Amino acid sequence: MEPAGFNHSSRRMGFHRVLLCIVLALAAASISARAEQQALPVTEIAPGVFVHVGDVALMTRENEGAIANVGFVVGDNAVAVIDTGGSVREGRQLLAAIRAKTDKPIRYVVNTHGHPDHAFGNAAFLAEGAIFVGHKNLPRALSMRGQFYLDAFRGIMGDELIDEVRLVPPTLLVDDTLKLDLGSRTLTLRAWPTAHSDSDLTIFDETSKTLFAGDLLFLTHVPVVDGSLGGWMQIMGNLSALPAERVIPGHGSVSDWPAALADERRYLDTLATDVRISVKRGTPISAAAETAAASERKNWRLFDDYNARNATAAYSQIEWE
Amino acid sequence: MIGHRFRLLCAAGLLGAALGAPPASVAAAEPYDPWPGLVQDIFNNRPMNDGSDVIAIEMPYRAEDAAIVPVTLRTKLSSDDVRRVLAITLVIDQNPAPMAAKFELGPDARVSEISTRVRVNSYTNVHAVAELSDGKLYMIKTFVKASGGCSAPAAKNAEEAKNRLGQMKYREFAKDDQSPTNGTREAQIMIGHPNNSGLQRDQLTLLYIPAFFINELHLWQDNSPVLSVESGISISEDPNIRFTYVSNGAKLFRAEARDTAGHVFQKDWKVDDSGS
Repeated sequence: MEPAGFNHSSRRMGFHRVLLCIVLALAAASISARAEQQALPVTEIAPGVFVHVGDVALMTRENEGAIANVGFVVGDNAVAVIDTGGSVREGRQLLAAIRAKTDKPIRYVVNTHGHPDHAFGNAAFLAEGAIFVGHKNLPRALSMRGQFYLDAFRGIMGDELIDEVRLVPPTLLVDDTLKLDLGSRTLTLRAWPTAHSDSDLTIFDETSKTLFAGDLLFLTHVPVVDGSLGGWMQIMGNLSALPAERVIPGHGSVSDWPAALADERRYLDTLATDVRISVKRGTPISAAAETAAASERKNWRLFDDYNARNATAAYSQIEWE
Repeated sequence: MIGHRFRLLCAAGLLGAALGAPPASVAAAEPYDPWPGLVQDIFNNRPMNDGSDVIAIEMPYRAEDAAIVPVTLRTKLSSDDVRRVLAITLVIDQNPAPMAAKFELGPDARVSEISTRVRVNSYTNVHAVAELSDGKLYMIKTFVKASGGCSAPAAKNAEEAKNRLGQMKYREFAKDDQSPTNGTREAQIMIGHPNNSGLQRDQLTLLYIPAFFINELHLWQDNSPVLSVESGISISEDPNIRFTYVSNGAKLFRAEARDTAGHVFQKDWKVDDSGS
């Protein structure tokens, strides 16, 4: 019920004036929030090693694609960035986080692989004069899949976030291993055969014995098979032998190494076993995808978003065995 | 008083939401239905009869992987029906190449089920049109939610895919209800091939990766045709056809596949008559 006197003309004028003030205040607040560059929250998990742990979620407009773990390492002379996020917006926030910690030049931007949540932010670092580093297969991966990713994510995230994205390929390619020097700080990069994707790279900080595993390691977030299930299982031995004390997965929390691999190994083994049984039995691919690795559902987030697709990919590979 | 403040807060809240809202996306227009045009282009505007008693189609409502979407076609004619299914055409309405495949059923093989995997480019109706020996067309349809199949990256593992080009595999499946005299068999043919759609663009060169795909497949039991397939880019990488047919006691199963570059791939296999 309207308060007494509300319809009086002078009261109405007052009401409109107050409303106008509120509108202007909101507009001002909104504009100033956009003008000031937010910094991505990061944690120093070892001296000079900074990480932002992404949301365990699908890329959306709301989260600006910030679902992967991204980070940077600061040496005496220079900084290396490891993955740039799921949008240029996130990339800029990461850059702001770096600048809040150090003035040192960003010498390298390393992509652990070519998926959108790890590489869409690359353009935010173009003006830094950094060298972009990646697996020798990464330029081809970006050239073959880049347009598909842009189109797919434009539909999900909208023009504003995707218009800025540039698929910046690496110019420094890793074939086997490569060492980067940040000034009394060495990063050892290693290129892997096709596993999670066909361009997987790990980065090992010798100083702190910290391993950036990229998407060769998933925690909490169900592992995504976009390369070769068999290939991924085959590298587990060598991967677990890397002399790291702690690991930054592509998704999930910073953890002890190699203990952190256990859950993922179990998931991949279960998936392979279940799919192999289905193929042997002649179960059609769609039925196999519904049941494969069902025992793992409770162990992972986003299981229903990815597991059937993992199983479909695995089935079409195992069929050729 | 309370009402007054409430109105202000409400109005402010709405305006705040408006200012912070993401840019409004263009309102979706009524989706264009390509089917009438396809009936003209593919079927010469021949009348379509209701096919729900003639054939069935099974596809997932929501595809897990738009580049590998399973589809199963089944004939529903009873054994005493005088009519025979001559061919089934699979049409994925919204795909860039909507005619996914035309399956011609060998006159003596009595194929009753065909499964394959297709690429689906967007949310779309899928039609299956059977041509029967009575000279009529019978149509059914389903709907699939998927997107990006036709330009989806081929070959998750490019090296492996290259090594497989033209390799053919044949497999028979055990049928639970198979009696020794039944003769019904289920088999599968796989051909290693990228089935490049020609729609995928190399982001560095900005050139399109050329179309390169299997366009013909013929299957025989000894010399009797089982299935002939005319196919295009809507068929997934490594074309895979699984089918149920009636064996004529043949000792050999033969396949011949052709692609757009003029390659001919041929292979034959001894039919496993152990029943497994």
